[in-house]
Formats: sequence, C-alpha cells, structure tokens
Amino acid sequence: MISLSSGILSIVGMAFVVLFGLLMLVLPVVKQPRPGRDLRPLRALSRLRHALSLTVEAGTRFHISLGRGEITHPRTASAFVGLSAAHRLVEATAVSDRPAIITAGTGPLGILARSTLRSAYAAEAYESRYRPAYGRVTGLTPFSYAAGAMLAARDDDAAANFLSGSFGAEVALMTDGMAGENTLTVAGTDSVAAQAVLYAAADEPLIGEEVFASGAYLNAGPLHGTSLLTQDFFRWLLILAILGGTVVKMLGVLP
Amino acid sequence: MKSPLATAAAMAVGLVVLLGYFFPLPVFTGLRTLLLQWALILAGTALFVGMVNLSQYHWAKIRARRNLVGSAVVMASLWLTFALALYASPESAAIQWLFNAIIIPTSVALLGLLAFTLAYAAVRLPRRRPGIMAVLFLSTAVLVMLGAVALPGMGMLPFIGDTLRPWLAQVPAAAGARGILLGVALGTVATGLRILLGSDRPYGE
Repeated sequence: MISLSSGILSIVGMAFVVLFGLLMLVLPVVKQPRPGRDLRPLRALSRLRHALSLTVEAGTRFHISLGRGEITHPRTASAFVGLSAAHRLVEATAVSDRPAIITAGTGPLGILARSTLRSAYAAEAYESRYRPAYGRVTGLTPFSYAAGAMLAARDDDAAANFLSGSFGAEVALMTDGMAGENTLTVAGTDSVAAQAVLYAAADEPLIGEEVFASGAYLNAGPLHGTSLLTQDFFRWLLILAILGGTVVKMLGVLP
Repeated sequence: MKSPLATAAAMAVGLVVLLGYFFPLPVFTGLRTLLLQWALILAGTALFVGMVNLSQYHWAKIRARRNLVGSAVVMASLWLTFALALYASPESAAIQWLFNAIIIPTSVALLGLLAFTLAYAAVRLPRRRPGIMAVLFLSTAVLVMLGAVALPGMGMLPFIGDTLRPWLAQVPAAAGARGILLGVALGTVATGLRILLGSDRPYGE
C-alpha cells in the first residue's frame, strides 16, 4: 500500500523527469547551443579542445580515464559522460599514428570502454586500426587502478589526459604521476571531496557540474548542448525555490 | 550502424527501472529487482573479464620485455589470489591474511604518499593558478587543519578549533557542497535521460 504523501512525491518526481526529458527533446528544435557562441567559455574544456587538435597534428597520444564507478550506482553518470567524450576524442584521433587509450577501474567500465573504442573506429571506417589493448582495466582496487592508469599514461607517453568518472582522493596520485612538462590533465568527478583534491592537483579541474558539460563542448552528440540548457533552466528553478522557501520561512508562513 | 535492438532493449530496461523507482507497484518493483539482480550478475562477470583484460595487457608487456618483473608480479599475484579464493573461499584465513598483510599495508602506504602529494600540490597551487581563489583555498585548508589537531605543547588552538573550524565546515563548506551536489544531480539526470532516449549509447555497436 502506497501512502498518499509518497504517492504524490513519486508523481512529482516522475513529472520532473518527464519535463526534463521533454525540454531536452524540444530545445534542439528551438536552439542548438554552440561552444564559444552560446555556451560560456570554460578554460578547461577549451584547453581540451586545443589539445585534441594538437594531438591530431603532432601525433601525440590522448588518454581518457573513466574512474571506478559501479554501473548500478548513480555515481557512474560522470563515467558515462567520459565515455561520450571518449567516443568523440577517439573518432578524432582514429587516423593518428598514436591513437587514444582508455583506462578504467572496474570490469563493466572496461567493457564499455572497449565497446566505445570499437564503435568510434567503426564510425570513422577505420575498424582495422582498432586494437583491444587501447581499452584497459588497470586495476580493481582504488590505488591499484590509480597506479595502473598513471603507468599507462606514462608508458604510452600521453600528452593529454582527460579524467572523467568516479574518483576518490587517490586521483591526486594519478594527476601527479601524469604530470609532465608538455602534458595537460583535465579532470572532473562527481565527488565533492575529489573535486577539492583536483582543484589543487590537476592542471585544469572541472568543478561541480562542469564535468557533465564536456560532451557539449566536444560536440559529442545533439542532446549534449540542449541538456546543458535544460540543466540551467532547472538550476534557476531550484534557486528560485530555495530563495522562495527561505522567504516563506522567514515570514513565518511555514512552521 | 548501431543495433536498434540493443538500443530498444537499453531504453526498455531503463524505463522499467525508472518506473519501478517512482511507482513501487508489485509489477514494476518485481521487474526492477530482477533486472538489477541481472545487472549485478553481469557486473560480476565483467569483473572476471576485467581480470582477463588486465592479464592480456601485462602479458603483452612481458612478451615485449617492457617492465618484465612488474608485469610478471602483477600476473602471478592476480591469478594466484584468484585460484586461492576459488579453492579456499574468500572468507578463508589464507585470503584474509593476504588482504590484511598485503592489500591493506600497500593501500596505507599509498595513502601516506597521497598526503605528501597533496601537500606538494597545495604548495604549487599559487604558482600554477595564481589568484585570490588559490589564496582562499590554501588559507582555508591551513585553518581547518590547525583547528582539527592538537599542537604539541599547545593543545587545541582557542577560537580556531572550537569556533572557526566548525563554522567553516558547517556554513560555507556545507553550502558550497550542497550547491555542487545539486548541479551534479541535475547533470546525472541529464546523462541518464540521454541514455534512456538513445542519444548516448555507451554500449557501443
């Protein structure tokens, strides 16, 4: 038996998701935002785009790391964003002599990394250039994953690293190990504690929801840009709701 | 060309799990529980695939004679532990000993290294990213650390330990963290919906 209050909350929650989805679908018809014109400049992602063009021209390697999120947990969302970005980055570097590599810290993410690599090569009609070793599970515990990803970036001489996924404080070891004179590390995660660590340790940290914007800035798909606009819309709605709630509480309307 | 069947299956499963979350009716919750159990079994299988993948990478390194010793140690320890866990069960004394005597000390050692790495990163921060935010970040970190530990001969610092640190943690830090988490939650919903709508297909071909 569902209680009335939980039933109302379920309907409100579902309505929120449906409205979010509808806006994401409708907004592309109205406006498709473009980086530099409609999206505010994000230094980290601008540098990532620049590194991508340099990687293709100079024949250097890109390394994408997806963290240790479990696929049954909401914290994997940032790794899924990393996979979308990885698809775009691998497509762009498929022709390169030094193709991009993807590292992961769990079995499912390792499988998804390989799948993304394969489909990105297929999209560029370079299936023959795909090697399973480009997608690797580097360790199955937090520190073994960090050590393995760090070594993978070093061994393969990665010039640019993009870390997007679920990380803990061990991400500082990764960014430190990947650091070099001409390397760039752009890193984002959904963990608040790891974001604080990244602020100090990464070349270019992605703070807050910026990690979810990477797809839009890398043109990873048609809905990435509009989902950013939708997030902004709901963010303002939440801000208004919080401010409204505060005023109502201050006036003594609510107990 | 991505398989429409895989996309349809992913969308249908996502929708059922979502409905089961919002509407706890027996038909939805039963299906949701079943699908999540399948996902857990698949994740377990994927863990084994991950082990094979890790071994393939290190085997290739051994064959190419790159970091021969390191890769051989990784391979041997991985598969010996796996075999031992299969033979003696994960709760056995041998596996517990392996965990307590090797994995925990190694992790603690790396944790110690992490403290130095973070301290070094903090020292480099003003040079790497000069500005008011770096100064604010560093000074807050120093104040919170000073307020968290008793100094030799001085004990807990007055005001910093009992007033400033709790205020920093409970007011500006908590407010900032909640703001960040709200943004992350919206980003998570957007990512989930992109997968549910078939726009993002991390399951590849």
